[in-house]
Amino acid sequence: MADIILNKIYVKVWRQNSPKAKGGFETYQVENVSQGTSFLEMIDILNDKLILEGKDPIAFDHDCREGICGMCSMYINGHAHGPDTEVTTCQLHMRKFHEGQTIVVEPWRAAAFPVIKDVMVDRTAFEKIQQAGGYVSVNTGGVPDGNVILIGQDDAEEAMDAAACIGCGACVATCKNSSAMLFVAAKVSQFAKLPQGKIEAKKRAKAMVAKMDELGFGGCTNTGGCELACPKSISIAHIARLNREYLSAKLAD
Amino acid sequence: MSDLNSKIPSGPIAEKWSNHKAKIKVVSPANKRKLDVIVVGTGLAGASAAASLAELGYNVTAFCYQDSPRRAHSIAAQGGINAAKNYQNDNDSVYRLFYDTIKGGDYRAREANVHRLAEVSPNIIDQCVAQGVPFAREYGGTLSNRSFGGVLVSRTFYARGQTGQQLLLGAYSALNRQINEGTVKMHTRHEMMDVVVVDGKARGIIARDMVTGEVKRFGAHAVVLATGGYGNVFFLSTNAMGCNASASWVAYKKGAYFANPCYVQIHPTCIPVHGSQQSKLTLMSESLRNDGRVWVPRKKEDAAKLRKGEIKPNDIVDEDRDFYLERRYPSYGNLVPRDVASRAAKERCDAGFGVNKEGMAVFLDFKYAIQRLGRDTIAKRYGNLFQMYEKITDVDPYKEPMQIYPAIHYTMGGTWVDYNLMTSIPGLYSLGEANFSDHGANRLGASALMQGLADGYFVLPYTIGDYLGGEIMVPKINTNLPEFEAAEKAVVGRLEKLFNIKGKTPVDHFHKKLGTILWDHVGMSRNEAGLKTAIEEIQKLRKAFYSDLLVPGELKNVNPELEKAGRVADFLELGELLARDALNRNESCGGHFREESATEEGEAKRDDDNFAYVAAWEFRGVDEAPVLHKEELTFETIQLTQRSYK
Repeated sequence: MADIILNKIYVKVWRQNSPKAKGGFETYQVENVSQGTSFLEMIDILNDKLILEGKDPIAFDHDCREGICGMCSMYINGHAHGPDTEVTTCQLHMRKFHEGQTIVVEPWRAAAFPVIKDVMVDRTAFEKIQQAGGYVSVNTGGVPDGNVILIGQDDAEEAMDAAACIGCGACVATCKNSSAMLFVAAKVSQFAKLPQGKIEAKKRAKAMVAKMDELGFGGCTNTGGCELACPKSISIAHIARLNREYLSAKLAD
Repeated sequence: MSDLNSKIPSGPIAEKWSNHKAKIKVVSPANKRKLDVIVVGTGLAGASAAASLAELGYNVTAFCYQDSPRRAHSIAAQGGINAAKNYQNDNDSVYRLFYDTIKGGDYRAREANVHRLAEVSPNIIDQCVAQGVPFAREYGGTLSNRSFGGVLVSRTFYARGQTGQQLLLGAYSALNRQINEGTVKMHTRHEMMDVVVVDGKARGIIARDMVTGEVKRFGAHAVVLATGGYGNVFFLSTNAMGCNASASWVAYKKGAYFANPCYVQIHPTCIPVHGSQQSKLTLMSESLRNDGRVWVPRKKEDAAKLRKGEIKPNDIVDEDRDFYLERRYPSYGNLVPRDVASRAAKERCDAGFGVNKEGMAVFLDFKYAIQRLGRDTIAKRYGNLFQMYEKITDVDPYKEPMQIYPAIHYTMGGTWVDYNLMTSIPGLYSLGEANFSDHGANRLGASALMQGLADGYFVLPYTIGDYLGGEIMVPKINTNLPEFEAAEKAVVGRLEKLFNIKGKTPVDHFHKKLGTILWDHVGMSRNEAGLKTAIEEIQKLRKAFYSDLLVPGELKNVNPELEKAGRVADFLELGELLARDALNRNESCGGHFREESATEEGEAKRDDDNFAYVAAWEFRGVDEAPVLHKEELTFETIQLTQRSYK
């Protein structure tokens, strides 16, 4: 474990006290940060300093700190989740930064993700899309034995590739149109690959896409930025599958 | 004699649950519509309960502190979920799962609850498959299984290394469907601050909106807590940053007994603490011990050189490596249960053989497995874990052994519940990790997911009817009752008190100090003198907290420091109860090791004559000693024996 200490770095971070308040950047100096420290621990160190100086600490979303809950969401030096690949902000470490560097930290920027405070945003829109159809309509109980539904290994693996989405919103934050297509595609594609999902496939694709459009996400222009930013490397091939599902649903109308 | 009514049904073990279901009340559909249920916490247990209750027709209001139920820490479970399906034809059965769980828990769990858990376990897999959970499959399309620590059969179902995520997303999708149908009202970014008790029954909660800071009242005919465990009392743990015990703790202070707090699981394979700036610990799945060999240097001087960075682990030849688990436990070797592996690592590090700068790490080495099986096989089995390890530590585990050390992972203790999962407050239920019920003194791998979903899908939806059947004449709960007003006032008063201390020390400083006290004295190895010291030090720390705490920001805005202050205030009380319980239990069992109760070889020694009971504590005041209630554990089916892994 490399134990190089960054003596001085600068964090230029978006500060906004409430959803309707005017926001702006503030720059803070942080000292003595080990490169083995995670990015969010560096923010912890900065916040501790701010509190002791009588200032308001930076509000940010985070929880599991192991890359799976999808809560953390910082736009760092122009990249969702920062300069490393296949990681969330909480898995990013300070060894990706150098002495004296100024690190710019912004919230996810999208009309559908309004700022709550500082770099904390409201992703309720993602909830509403899932509520519109991101499920198989089965009640608890009265279902067949697990092995009655046989699923080929390749289909199960592909469904799992899509299901790995953590709902962080990096795709939306990265997309120049703030499109949620990769997020919607991940769920639609998971169920499209499984027999359990087939029965409601048409209804699901239409309902989730309609909700996405209603909530102010932009359209997809296939530039693929979302896939690169995705900490779980969800492929845009799932968007192609969503398009097929959606088209066949519309044709059936 | 026990003064707690556990309501364990009579009759043979395999018939208890069926008989019980036949006797408990069922509420008619027309009456369910008139009954309100609050569910706090929407991880596996809470989301599955909220969805299932809403499907049955109850009006459900659910709460979570995150911005979505999908964030709950159930999502981080890696390995799998156990179920007695016997799909592998390897002679698994409900009885075998029941037996393994009782034995794994070191004979400190209730037989009847554990048998029920094993009975409903197959239904969980069916339910999850029907929801579209992408479990791993064989080429022929059937479900795959793998083995987990401490058992002889292959009964663990999994979805890569993300089983918890996929099961939670399944429960989340069921919950979303009910939200869409209007049968569940979901409040995200809300934190429960108190439970409201009216005429001795739980009738609602007080919650704080974490965006606006507003304190609100919610009424219901029953309240369900599915709020997880208390591992974060130690500050450093594998829990998420927000995991807290406050919901269970306010319930305790309103009269719900708290059981077996000293049963804490310390997981042997976590990435070691790095410096003093670390905020949480990351687990490396137990499955790694199938192929990794655990060792420290045989010579102290080698350990010293490693700590100074003068030599690399691969400079130490095999003859100078001490594979201490294989040496001490030849028959189980690297696959001894979690509690045993953790204590053995601590023993070596305490003796001066630790391998990192802090002297608090051992090696988990894949060199031998790579030699035996090839790099590709190892990559296929553990690739994502190796990648995660490298991202965090900057060390390539294909080339150099991993460093691991035990860390707080799961809490078996929790709110005391009866067989119906009801706490000692009528109308208040506790599910999943939040209750104490099924894992005894040590939880087996892949059983947490099983218990959370069993409680939420297949136990509570039946047992809650027995209580609510008696509430059908009770109209909608009026939140203008004086009890609600008093509870809200107390919550606001408490928040203002924390906010107005205006001392000099941020809350994390107190939390870290509390964690250090607990880790040093109430961690992997405990003794009377240390536990008494811990109680005194925690009491002192609590005093300092209330005179020197500094909470910045505003009361009526997003304020993570205020949230943390409330949680740490509760941890400062819970930590003391944990130490008191550990002091009372002068035996070693499962995750609880008392130095006074060990065999000559230093292994844990149970004392069934004096401690075969559940310790349920009753609150009497923050600075008063709690009252101990004992629920005797009777073993009608399984014979108690001393565990041995030699």
